[in-house]
Amino acid sequence: MNMPLVKTEPATVTPAATAMVLALPPKRRALATRTAMVLGKVAERVVPPVVVIAVALLIWELLCRRAGSTLPPPSRVLSDTWELIIDPFFDRGGLDKGLFWHLSASLQRVAFGYVLASFVGVALGTLVGQSTWAMRGLDPIFQVLRTVPPLAWLPLSLAAFRNSEPSAIFVIFITAIWPIIINTAVGIRNIPQDYRNVAKVLRLNQFEFFYKIMVPAAAPYIFTGLRIGIGLSWLAIVAAEMLIGGVGIGFFIWDAWNSSHISEIILALIYVGLVGFILDRIVAGVASVVTRGTSAN
Amino acid sequence: MPTYPYLKIDHVDKSFTRGSTETEVLKDITLGIEKGEYVSIIGHSGCGKSTLLNLVAGLLPVSAGCVLLENQEVNDPGPDRAVVFQNHSLLPWLTVYANVKIAVDKVFSNAKSKRERHDWIMHNLDLVQMAHAKDKRPAEISGGMKQRVGLARALAMEPKVLLLDEPFGALDALTRAHLQDSVMAIHTKLGNTVLMITHDVDEAVLLSDRIVMMTNGPAARIGEILDVPLQRPRKRLALAGDATYLKCRQRVLEFLYERHHFVEAA
Repeated sequence: MNMPLVKTEPATVTPAATAMVLALPPKRRALATRTAMVLGKVAERVVPPVVVIAVALLIWELLCRRAGSTLPPPSRVLSDTWELIIDPFFDRGGLDKGLFWHLSASLQRVAFGYVLASFVGVALGTLVGQSTWAMRGLDPIFQVLRTVPPLAWLPLSLAAFRNSEPSAIFVIFITAIWPIIINTAVGIRNIPQDYRNVAKVLRLNQFEFFYKIMVPAAAPYIFTGLRIGIGLSWLAIVAAEMLIGGVGIGFFIWDAWNSSHISEIILALIYVGLVGFILDRIVAGVASVVTRGTSAN
Repeated sequence: MPTYPYLKIDHVDKSFTRGSTETEVLKDITLGIEKGEYVSIIGHSGCGKSTLLNLVAGLLPVSAGCVLLENQEVNDPGPDRAVVFQNHSLLPWLTVYANVKIAVDKVFSNAKSKRERHDWIMHNLDLVQMAHAKDKRPAEISGGMKQRVGLARALAMEPKVLLLDEPFGALDALTRAHLQDSVMAIHTKLGNTVLMITHDVDEAVLLSDRIVMMTNGPAARIGEILDVPLQRPRKRLALAGDATYLKCRQRVLEFLYERHHFVEAA
């Protein structure tokens, strides 16, 4: 939602540059038209989202401006939260911290739970994908457990750990692990028989087969699972933090609600969305580097 | 001491069971192949010729009988019977060089030093004229090139028997001819023992010392074995009008299309 702030600039620059181009002497026209074309291409990408966001903000502003509206208009949000936006790093002790600290606390929990889920998930997925017996035994359990909503695990984990920090991490873990297990298992099961035959002719042992054939062959599937997993982790952490309290973006939102700082809630939502987007792009980026060549055949 | 062939397929049966129905694919196959011999197996599709190759490779277990290599029974797959698969089976995430390396590193991990292994990989890539593409990935090279790399990978294992499973089946006619010439040159140079599956009559006559013709399944048998008494090295163009070549070709065609013509239901 704060995208227009960033993206309005290139959009306004574009027509200006094109206008300048036309004024240039004919000799430099080749270069000038090329520049204009590049700017045109950029504008094609940038203009639609900028326009849509601008219109959305305008409608929001008009709807919420009138007296008695329950939600603040974007201009109020900006002025209310200006201090939080310009200084995300303040720390006045306790829970009175800048948004950077809240986000970083949430990210740390996600990092722990997600990394744990990645390792356990890939290992279990490999087992289920490789062994028919394990699949028959474990798959029904997975299929039932994966439908349990993340927050439903929280009371149980609080009871088990008697501490909010490991409980939050466990909720992330249990949320992220299912797509990782299931996708890894599908990837392993879909390894072409040809690759298995190559491994057999070469007499690769179990360990060599695992890291030379299985992991690279299943990598596109594994990364699909990891990508879904990171998205779900980020969904779950906000909800979990609202319940467990402490420093974290989820509790920040809950706290803002309790003190009726609606503008702060809106700002926090924008940050949550952006961080989730960045996390997804990071995993997708790693995937495209690691699996380069694998999917192409 | 009785003499025995280098590779012996001895009274082999193969049947597949699915549920309660048992399908007999191969029945009483007996075939001996001498060292350095080039033998082709030809038959209509579905006659079980690929199954036979997989039995020799050890990728499938025999139902009865046995496969003997140098008078030793072989049950498991191994690098002494390297396979060139129909669809190349290169690992797409590895470069051409790494695809051969994975075989060389495994087979010669103790016998050769790192330097020698590198030289051996390059030697085999040279042999199939693929050294120039060693850093390319399979997706970046043509179908014929992939098959060459597959051949280099198999040759690099120094197999006792080279098993070719319709290696040129998926290629266009020109590329196929080119690769056949390469295989002939390599066979002349190295004297490998080769067992090749094919459905191409010209290919079988051109490359083989003997052609094994299979009857149609189910329960396919060896119908006839034809000697190809052509001198090596063989030249594709010179043979096109050669009387012996044409006679052999005629014999195979008669077998396939008159006596054992393809039955759709089979």
